[in-house]
Amino acid sequence: MHFTINGTAYTAEPDIRTSLLDLLREHLGLTGSKKGCDHGQCGACTVLVNGRRINSCLSLAVMHQDDEITTIEGLGTPEDLHPLQAAFVKHDGYQCGYCTPGQICSAVGMLDEVKKGWPSHVSETLGDVEFNDGEISERMSGNLCRCAAYPNIVDAIRDVAEAKA
Amino acid sequence: MSNTNSLKMDKPVPASLLDSGSQGIIGRPLDRKEGPLKVTGQATYSAEYQIPNLAYGYLVGTKFGRGKVTNVDADSVRAIPGVIDVVTDFKTFLQNSQQGGETSAPTQGVQDVHYFGEIVAIVLAESYEAARDAGIRIKVEYEEAEGRFDFEAHKDETTKPPPNNIPAHFKQGDVEKAMADAATSVDVTYTTPSQNSSAMEPHASIAVWDEDGALTLYGSYQMPTSDKTQLAKSLGVKDKKVRIIAPYIGGGFGSKLGIAPESVAAAVAAKQLGRPVKAVMTRPQVFETTVRRSNTEQRVRFSVDGEGKLTGVGHETLTSNLPGEGFFEPTGIGTHFAYSGENRLINHDLVELDWLLSGSMRAPGEAVGMMATEAALDELCHKLGVDPIDFWKQNEPSEDPEEKIPFSTRQLVRCLEEGAESFGWSKRNATPGQVRDGEWMIGMGVAAAVRTNMLMESSAKVAIDANGRATVSSAMTDIGTGSYTILGQIAGELLGLPLDQVSVVLGDTDLPDAAGSGGSWGAGSSGSAVYLACEMLREKLAKAMGCDPETLTLKDGQAIADNRQVSLGSLVGDGIEAIGSIAPGKMEKDRKQSSYGAHFVEVGVNATTGEVRVRRMLGVFAAGRILNAKTARSQCLGGMTFGIGAALTEDLVHDPRNGKLVNHDLGEYHVPVNADVPQIEVHFLEERDQFANPIHAKGIGELGISGCGAAIGNAVFNATGIRVRDYPITVDKLLDQLPPV
Repeated sequence: MHFTINGTAYTAEPDIRTSLLDLLREHLGLTGSKKGCDHGQCGACTVLVNGRRINSCLSLAVMHQDDEITTIEGLGTPEDLHPLQAAFVKHDGYQCGYCTPGQICSAVGMLDEVKKGWPSHVSETLGDVEFNDGEISERMSGNLCRCAAYPNIVDAIRDVAEAKA
Repeated sequence: MSNTNSLKMDKPVPASLLDSGSQGIIGRPLDRKEGPLKVTGQATYSAEYQIPNLAYGYLVGTKFGRGKVTNVDADSVRAIPGVIDVVTDFKTFLQNSQQGGETSAPTQGVQDVHYFGEIVAIVLAESYEAARDAGIRIKVEYEEAEGRFDFEAHKDETTKPPPNNIPAHFKQGDVEKAMADAATSVDVTYTTPSQNSSAMEPHASIAVWDEDGALTLYGSYQMPTSDKTQLAKSLGVKDKKVRIIAPYIGGGFGSKLGIAPESVAAAVAAKQLGRPVKAVMTRPQVFETTVRRSNTEQRVRFSVDGEGKLTGVGHETLTSNLPGEGFFEPTGIGTHFAYSGENRLINHDLVELDWLLSGSMRAPGEAVGMMATEAALDELCHKLGVDPIDFWKQNEPSEDPEEKIPFSTRQLVRCLEEGAESFGWSKRNATPGQVRDGEWMIGMGVAAAVRTNMLMESSAKVAIDANGRATVSSAMTDIGTGSYTILGQIAGELLGLPLDQVSVVLGDTDLPDAAGSGGSWGAGSSGSAVYLACEMLREKLAKAMGCDPETLTLKDGQAIADNRQVSLGSLVGDGIEAIGSIAPGKMEKDRKQSSYGAHFVEVGVNATTGEVRVRRMLGVFAAGRILNAKTARSQCLGGMTFGIGAALTEDLVHDPRNGKLVNHDLGEYHVPVNADVPQIEVHFLEERDQFANPIHAKGIGELGISGCGAAIGNAVFNATGIRVRDYPITVDKLLDQLPPV
């Protein structure tokens, strides 16, 4: 099967039992995506598939024929950080760092959802979603952080969202 | 001449070189050194090392809670494609994880099963998928036995545990008489459930043996120096034959203080197979087989005289653990010195149960102890009609009420006062249930925070190379605490280097032995080791400059003295290095050392559903010198959020029939999510503690959790008039007492 990861074309024949997360971590050496629970409960494995955020542990690799997958490694490098990566550093939006790649991939997907006008559980209306801290917290609640950098994660995402606006 | 600068804290260190440094980086809110690696996925955690010829291991746990394994039927899975072998070693495998800092092997032997999920074998395969498939399908034959799985059923059968960091039992004066003579008193019982650390990275080990019989273990461990010894003793090899590598650790919160069953299983399997083996726990295995914080039942008594002065403090706790495991949750550790009162009774007794090991989780003792004492104190204040802050002002002890020694520092009342001012505490209506915001009942709560300060033996090497760059190296760890950054800041401040000119290498037992991360001692202990190494390097630099160390100024990579300015690189030739080594001493006994703080919380309780939402939260803390205002604040945010979880959601449920953890994953054990946590505020008071260590800093990682849960419970009471004494405060405990809709 064929798919693209971070702009590079791959051909692979994964075991039908292999999750997208295990394909990345165990077969392709892309260990930036983390395994925290393998149950879709913690969000540490979040990657972008065709621009949308998913829990890669809940998705089988064989389901991704021709998909464009973006992982944390595809967003930026230590020398050339993505704006969200830079904002996470500036605002200390992490401590141990294990949930961080998932948080950042999730934030990229989340901001795109907001741009498209998708409402969330806390939105007052279905259209013209007002973007505020409550929306960030709600939409980022699928990504657990036991170090609890949540207030700093909100600061980091707000910074980037405001700069874009 | 020795190249080591050692200090035993037998005397205070009144002047810290950190206060006379010229670089101006200590304390500043600098970004984490390793930040760019973490946010790009380039920081390598234990399961992520690319090792050739690696075999995948899947740990096999029991599906019963007490009894004996009669057969691990390897043949039942050998035919599965990709399966290599099934390894078990009934004598060597770990029954339990080890407690932090121990230098003995943990309890070994897994044929007799003592709790549900005990790891009895490891399946090895060429792929993770094959190993998992076989690990789930393998037949484990066993004989089940009667077990003790129900705390309520056995709580009258207690044993007195051996001393921990405090004695199990303590008595001063006569609490019974103080209670009988009291003008006002409270006598209340609070309970807290078992809890799980839930670090985001599951426990994982990759074991690699070389031809000389030496083991390298890539593990996720908080205290590699003692973990190495534990692992060596478990395997029956010499200490020097074991190396643990752990530069990045995806959180620990106590669960990775001592070695856990996956380490020995991986090492035994790798030896037997002659190939490196990776063993990663599944999330349910982390819950079932590492360590939990014990559940507690705490009777708290306070008595006051007619003047409102505390006369007695009683704090009697039941906690649970496996038979033979002496660790008890030291809920009274803060009670010993937080509260005044001449008559005192602080007891801990153990209920032996066939539940997994209980041990240290973030702020063992204070975290759940103060959830009881600070809530009981709020009950007392309510009864007295006194504001809790006024009560503290009247009852603040002037010295340790038991040891009668001075406090090294104690700014508890100032924390309360400053917090009250910032939070708008004066707006609180002390009568419960009076403030509404639509369907929400609003309340405010306050609680004090204390967390004992500890110093541990720790060493570090600091080198300056010919280019004038410094490198700090130590077996210390950074579990998210900020060690890389603060150790770099200490060295940079003392050697006159910007942070980017200091490399920090941690998490490798080939480096100088270190305290590791736990008990909030990491920064004070390892930071002091770096300080001492730098102190010696400054003497060497002064000698090279031909001046007194006192007249030497180090700034931006330059040494300046006697109107001369020389770059560090040109001063050190091929390079210089020194080792710093700190050890605790008499100051431990001469001064009561602790960090202090105050929590202020505003909650909304939904009048219809009973849902509790934390709306505002402020913590004011005094913990000696703050080494990095950004990472220290983050540590407090983390602690306070643990407090939210403990108060409102975290509840590890044991099935009373077999001890199985009913909610053994992150979907069912509820840690706080982003939407549960408001934009918490954290303030620090200026402080130096010359009795603690030469950097004058004290522990901060556990201060934020201490007392926090009580402040939330007190706010719920203020909002509703309902006092829930059985944490967590979930809707079912509020619903039937809420006012009619």
